Amino acid sequence: MIPELGHYALVLALALALAQSVIPLWGARRGDQAMMSVGPAVALAQFAFVLFAFAMLTVAYLQSDFSVVNVWENSHSAKPLLYKISGVWGNHEGSMVLWVLILAFFGGLVAVFGNNLPDTLKATTLSVQAWISAVFLLFVLGTSNPFLRIANAPAEGRDLNPILQDVGLAVHPPLLYAGYVGFSIAFSFAVAALIEGRVDAAWARWVRPWTLAAWCFLTLGIAVGSYWAYYELGWGGWWFWDPVENASFLPWLAGTALLHSAIVMEKRNALKVWTILLAILTFSLSLLGTFLVRSGVLTSVHAFASDPTRGVFILLILVLSVGGALSLFAWRAGSLRSGGLFAPISREGALVLNNLLLTAACGVVLVGTLYPLALEALTGDKISVGAPFFDATFAPIMVPLLIAVPFGPMLAWKRGDLLAAAQRLMAAAGLALVVLIATYALTVGGPVLAPIGIGIGAWLILGAISEVTFRSKLFSSPLSTGLRRAAGLPRSAWGTALAHMGLGVTVIGIVAVTAYETEKIVSMTPGKTLDVAGYELTLEGFSPRQGPNYRDQVGHFTIRKGGAEIGTLTPARRIYAATGMPTTETGIRTMWFSQLYVSLGEAQGDGAVAVRAYYKPLVTLIWLGAVVMVIGGVVSLSDRRLRVGAPRRARAPAVQAAE
Amino acid sequence: MTRKQRRLVLIGVAGAILFSAVGLMLVAFQDNIVFFNSPSDVIANKTAPGKRIRLGGLVQDGSVERLDGTTVRFVVTDTSNDLPVVYTGLLPDLFREGQGVVTEGAIGADGVFVADTVLAKHDETYMPREVADALKKDGHWMGDEPQEAAANDMPAKANGAVTQ
Repeated sequence: MIPELGHYALVLALALALAQSVIPLWGARRGDQAMMSVGPAVALAQFAFVLFAFAMLTVAYLQSDFSVVNVWENSHSAKPLLYKISGVWGNHEGSMVLWVLILAFFGGLVAVFGNNLPDTLKATTLSVQAWISAVFLLFVLGTSNPFLRIANAPAEGRDLNPILQDVGLAVHPPLLYAGYVGFSIAFSFAVAALIEGRVDAAWARWVRPWTLAAWCFLTLGIAVGSYWAYYELGWGGWWFWDPVENASFLPWLAGTALLHSAIVMEKRNALKVWTILLAILTFSLSLLGTFLVRSGVLTSVHAFASDPTRGVFILLILVLSVGGALSLFAWRAGSLRSGGLFAPISREGALVLNNLLLTAACGVVLVGTLYPLALEALTGDKISVGAPFFDATFAPIMVPLLIAVPFGPMLAWKRGDLLAAAQRLMAAAGLALVVLIATYALTVGGPVLAPIGIGIGAWLILGAISEVTFRSKLFSSPLSTGLRRAAGLPRSAWGTALAHMGLGVTVIGIVAVTAYETEKIVSMTPGKTLDVAGYELTLEGFSPRQGPNYRDQVGHFTIRKGGAEIGTLTPARRIYAATGMPTTETGIRTMWFSQLYVSLGEAQGDGAVAVRAYYKPLVTLIWLGAVVMVIGGVVSLSDRRLRVGAPRRARAPAVQAAE
Repeated sequence: MTRKQRRLVLIGVAGAILFSAVGLMLVAFQDNIVFFNSPSDVIANKTAPGKRIRLGGLVQDGSVERLDGTTVRFVVTDTSNDLPVVYTGLLPDLFREGQGVVTEGAIGADGVFVADTVLAKHDETYMPREVADALKKDGHWMGDEPQEAAANDMPAKANGAVTQ
């Protein structure tokens, strides 16, 4: 009964989405208030029904109802509660329901918090949002129904892929989807603005909080995914330039560009056409990511199933929405009047440079990701484009951007003074140089470029601090007034500084771990000691450990430094009872920002085991930096300006919801 | 600055960035693309020693032998042709004889493929797509049997694991 209720709720949600995709838009075109007012109610009802369907699927998982194919394929009665719940989105069908749920949730947020939007814009936006909902609901019901039954229910399920049974993977998909799908709001606003033929600074002010919220979710989602890959897969890598990772990184790059260009549009009423285009492109890249990951074009942990009809369906959605939106853009963009002149050296100019470099980086990653697919389709040659390609192309584009970042906030709107900005950044530049030289001195004989990378990271952090101290005149006035001014700075200024600082933190982490990590792969027997970057790891022995649905063979390592014992590491080989699938559980010890990382390989006979041990200097900064960026985003979201909005056109939506 | 000059600056900067990005990509594509080959492809193409490729196929039954330390030697086969592979490092969790594998590296002077990467499978039932395609191309694909087989012998493995 429960799965049928869920199925029925999805069908009703589809019917509501279809109604919502026509009636409010029609009302907006005719100026019919009654028809427009249908939008919010239907959007909320649609959300309620999708939520109900999702809840029913979750109940089926909690009850281990193996008469439901989806539950049978991905769950097991002995699975811990958390993974029964996360199993709902640990598979293709369930994750698409989650996708639709988040889509409907954002639609509901516009309905609730969009009270001060012009009626026609709100109605049109809701309709556009419903188009996306409707096609995805059709997709779920037509090709990926999670509520299908099996005639004779098996007694036991086949269990969730063990490497997905992890806290990181329980939170990664919802965060990532909230990011992907959050950009759908920017997309819907952009398409609605094109339909209305009217875009102004107020539009940018409404769209920015949504974009910012989506960006925060996406940043966090990518960071969690990266940390999961790092500790769960046992290879010690945190980013592989895998096409699936790139699929999430592309909307992030475009979304970051959008975030910045929307500032120019909001403040200076310039770059309108470009911002609209970016809003369309960002969500298009989210859809492209969904297509790449869900169609089975790529094989990876994310490609749960490869059913050709699904691939074709998603490709159709992709072509329709991207093609449709871009055609509309081509048709209407000419009518959008651009305003706000500015000199090349100005805040606007800096933000344009940011956009050019970010889109170039995005383009490079896109080409690298799609080239193997295109080549295979055209010639049948199978190639792989791996990390060396991206290192050789992405990094050179990012370096000028990173160097330019601290200058941006120091330049005035309209016409900036580069020399004055440089003077204000003298202290930051000097200190960054000191960091660079100190790094070089400490690591003589190491990679030559690494100290420069560390210096750039320090430059970003110190540049962000300079911005705050300059704006609050912290050093040129009495401390108390300075501090008062700093506290009184707009939250968005703090947000910018924090986000840029987080970027610097991440850069330092990336450079340090890439250049200075130590890797040892050896065969060890109990009693043997391994030296990793000055730490002595002694393998004391092995012991078994029984988990709820797995059995571990735990290796016990003692860490010593200079003879003194400082801790232990307990990596394990784990075997899941239901599938017999082995996984590697890494042993990690965090010391300040650095980590010792040990994973066990296969037993080698005669009591020996292969051991992979790393010393990863400053590795945690990679993810901490992402967290700082997100904090910056949240602080910026709480800015009074975004809450109160423009004096003329009332308050902006969704700030509360985004937090 | 006039409007025209401003526009020129913008176009100039955008052009320069675009130009460099395309240039970087073209250079990188020259050096950093790795072709996927089956053992038969390697023999047919007479792949030169030292050229970096991805080699994929099945791990031949009974071919895995441990040399000293963490070095492993095994044979990758597409059932028509084989190629011996040596690899130093930790093998992925799901590396098994008779299962699909993708390795990356280059052929050494002695004709042995020296792999520096052995790609992990994420899933018991997952056959690397390149491997499946290569087997299909050579007419050795047996439908979905490998997956079925893997699914069927799971309980046996599970028991083995628990009683270990």
